[in-house]
Amino acid sequence: MAGILSAASFLVLGCAVPALAQEVNIYTTREPGLIQPILDAFTTETGVKVNTVFLQDGLIERVKAEGESSPADLLMTVDFGALIDLVNAGLTQAVQSDILEATVPESLRDPDGNWFGLSGRARVVYAAKNLDLDAITYEQLADEEWRGRLCIRSGQHPYNTAMIAAYIAKHGEEEARTWLEGVKANQARVAAGGDRDGARDIAAGICDIAVANSYYYGLMTSGAGGDEQKAWADAIKVILPTFENGGTLVNISGAGVAAHAPHRDEAVKLLEYLVSEPAQKLYAEANFEHPVNAKAEVHPIIAGIGTLTPDSMALTEVLPYRTRASELVDEVNFDTFN
Amino acid sequence: MSQIALGRTARRPYIAINPWTALALAAAALALLPITTIALTAFADTGALWGHVLVHVLPQSAWNTAVLLVGTGIIATCVGTGAAWIVSAYDFKGRGVIEWALLLPLAVPTYIMAYAYLDILSPLGPVQGAMRYILGYSSPREFRLPDIRSMWGAILVFGFVLYPYVYLTARAMFLTQAANLVEVSRTLGVSRNAVFWRVALPLARPAIAVGVSLVLMEVLNDVGAAQFLGIRTMTASVYTTWIVRTDLAGAAQIALAMLVIVIALLVMERWARRNQRFASNAQRARAMTPEKLTGLKALVALGLGLTPILIGFAGPALYLIVAAVRRLEFAGLSAPLVRAAINTVSVSAIAMLVVLVLGFATAYAGRLRPGRLSAALARIATLGYAVPGTVLAIGILVPVAAFDRTLDGFFRENFGWSTGLLLLGSGVALVYAYTARFLAISTGGIEAGLSRIPPSFDHASRTLGQSATGTMLHIHLPLSRTAIVAAGLLVFVDCMKELPATLLLRPLNFETLATLLYGEAARGTYEDAALAALILVLIGILPVILLARTGRAAGVARPTHAAGDHAHPTTLSTDQA
Repeated sequence: MAGILSAASFLVLGCAVPALAQEVNIYTTREPGLIQPILDAFTTETGVKVNTVFLQDGLIERVKAEGESSPADLLMTVDFGALIDLVNAGLTQAVQSDILEATVPESLRDPDGNWFGLSGRARVVYAAKNLDLDAITYEQLADEEWRGRLCIRSGQHPYNTAMIAAYIAKHGEEEARTWLEGVKANQARVAAGGDRDGARDIAAGICDIAVANSYYYGLMTSGAGGDEQKAWADAIKVILPTFENGGTLVNISGAGVAAHAPHRDEAVKLLEYLVSEPAQKLYAEANFEHPVNAKAEVHPIIAGIGTLTPDSMALTEVLPYRTRASELVDEVNFDTFN
Repeated sequence: MSQIALGRTARRPYIAINPWTALALAAAALALLPITTIALTAFADTGALWGHVLVHVLPQSAWNTAVLLVGTGIIATCVGTGAAWIVSAYDFKGRGVIEWALLLPLAVPTYIMAYAYLDILSPLGPVQGAMRYILGYSSPREFRLPDIRSMWGAILVFGFVLYPYVYLTARAMFLTQAANLVEVSRTLGVSRNAVFWRVALPLARPAIAVGVSLVLMEVLNDVGAAQFLGIRTMTASVYTTWIVRTDLAGAAQIALAMLVIVIALLVMERWARRNQRFASNAQRARAMTPEKLTGLKALVALGLGLTPILIGFAGPALYLIVAAVRRLEFAGLSAPLVRAAINTVSVSAIAMLVVLVLGFATAYAGRLRPGRLSAALARIATLGYAVPGTVLAIGILVPVAAFDRTLDGFFRENFGWSTGLLLLGSGVALVYAYTARFLAISTGGIEAGLSRIPPSFDHASRTLGQSATGTMLHIHLPLSRTAIVAAGLLVFVDCMKELPATLLLRPLNFETLATLLYGEAARGTYEDAALAALILVLIGILPVILLARTGRAAGVARPTHAAGDHAHPTTLSTDQA
């Protein structure tokens, strides 16, 4: 009965939420556990309350459907492609802020202020610790020497479609297809699970190399996920791959202010906070991501992997090939193991 | 007598707007709205992508889906029917416990089952570790089992968590239908084993078909488990097309293709039950007398009965307990978890009440005025259960948000203040989604309960001067109470477990146990969510206990929900009412 009552009060109070000032509403595809510490710090510092809803799937549909009545102030995504989808759908608005322009490098923000990069993560290779391997290119992931030795998550995951799109942008569609077929042939198991499973499966002897994001290594090594994960991290070393004649693929998480944001000023304030040094330090500490603020330091664990040379190709050049990349995954039947 | 006659004449003009039919109409309309939205979306854009979907997505995902359905169907049938026969035909030490414990896997959502077994059967997990220890290997590189992330793994996971649907229907059939025929066959010298193959099994075939069609529907609906196990089903394709390629129309098209499969399953089930009704009316039901087993035979029977319980429930439950305890020691009980638990219980309780009222109305309209309209309404109201949750959620999002926007715009323009998102922001949209999705459960269950009350009771009550309302309050409600309670509990638990619609439609700052679990799993940190998963499973056990208690006596069972008419095998024991 208490449950019913509290739910009823929630139903009533729910309607009143948008009317209050000094708060900001975030729609995010970023898992709440990853950003909550930073949001809490913002609230402590500014007194602005932060409300969130985690919408891994359907962020665009929800914001679009809500239209002008949407309570969303800040739209936050883990993937650059999804961020640009929001911008292209006209769901963001231009923001002018000296702080943002001074802090976020030009290549990591929209000149009109529709989107801003908040953190970066490299697509790296995990390798078994005893493996005699110090460097690898993305192209070499398709080499025959890795037959039945590679672990990777679903080809349809945004992390991978971004990588395949970059490959198309670099080498053209036909070469990308051949490469993707090679990577598929190299799989030691079905393309599934998360990036961390790559490390676990190396520890378990299922594969010798895995494709994954850099920050998971930090999360596992730090022990924040428990002893078990530390053991997985201990079984691997991280290699920063590059494209032939290029650098390492770095994707960004980012955000833009919603087109109909009821708390526009607070949203901008939050954006400015997110790229500030203390917040970027939190990003590095809690997520092990690469800060976009040049003054903030990379976490020692991540710095220990090696010096990152981001690929020079802009993410906006990669973007047009994303749908094609997703289709290629279907066409070579990447996610079916045989 | 004359009073009644007068009353009827006087009331005649109001028959058309009897409140039950009106409510049933509303329920059907609510269920139909999202499906219409999806169909409109699918046909709104017949873009170039349809070609790609047709060539490169549908064949593979349809094949995977078919293999998964057939494999799961076979496992669920063998395990469910076999277990039902063992506890019905034989008596042995431990049978009493096994009989109800076989239902326990119903409490475990398929996605939790998949998580658990990914960990338990990992080369680094306890099972393979123990095997290596016994066999004398030191590292997984020397010896390991095949990866569970495969079709066979998925088939086993689904088969062992979903077999109770078959077990429920088959057991009811063996309990109520087989007795006479079994005894006659025995008298005629047929061996106990041959009775199973030659008499009981053919007789139970329709009941098994009902159970299997439910199993298959659950498989079709799943997103999480198939995703973790790396099986590209059609539901997964809907997801990819929608999310990765931001092609809602394409996703809606695949969803429509799936709806065709689901309708085929429903037709299969209906067909199966039509035969059954025919068979059931021919005789009076009586329980079969089980044969007493002792010694080795009893041990074998016990082992066979225990295996599905161990795999489908004890294994994952034990894993969750261990993981949850470890988590508690590591991080303690978090405030978000407590809040999520309160949210989950509250919103599920509200949805349950709404679903029960509408479900009762739909079922009751059918009883008061049997006919095409009420039958059609009942069938439409149950459609939401057949649509994958993801698709249903989009189908609800669009019209609900449009309503919110229009209302907000109207108030802004005319009164200068904003209503905000009235339905989405308050959680009403969430309750709506649960209602559309689970109405089938309550309608089916309550129909089954009502059908056990002979119409002569109604006549007697009215003849003795009770009004229609009085008859409902004093006759129908009390006599169908068990059915209503059981339906309510099932709805409650299903709402708690619901994931895709909750993810898309919940308001700001509103996590449920399922979304909390999903958020952690999406990060790859599902150990953080072990506690949430454990709570979900523990609460899920409640209706299982109720089912186990009422299953034998009243015969109100979950499987009534898919189809909505009342000729259900577990309701065939009408005579007990």
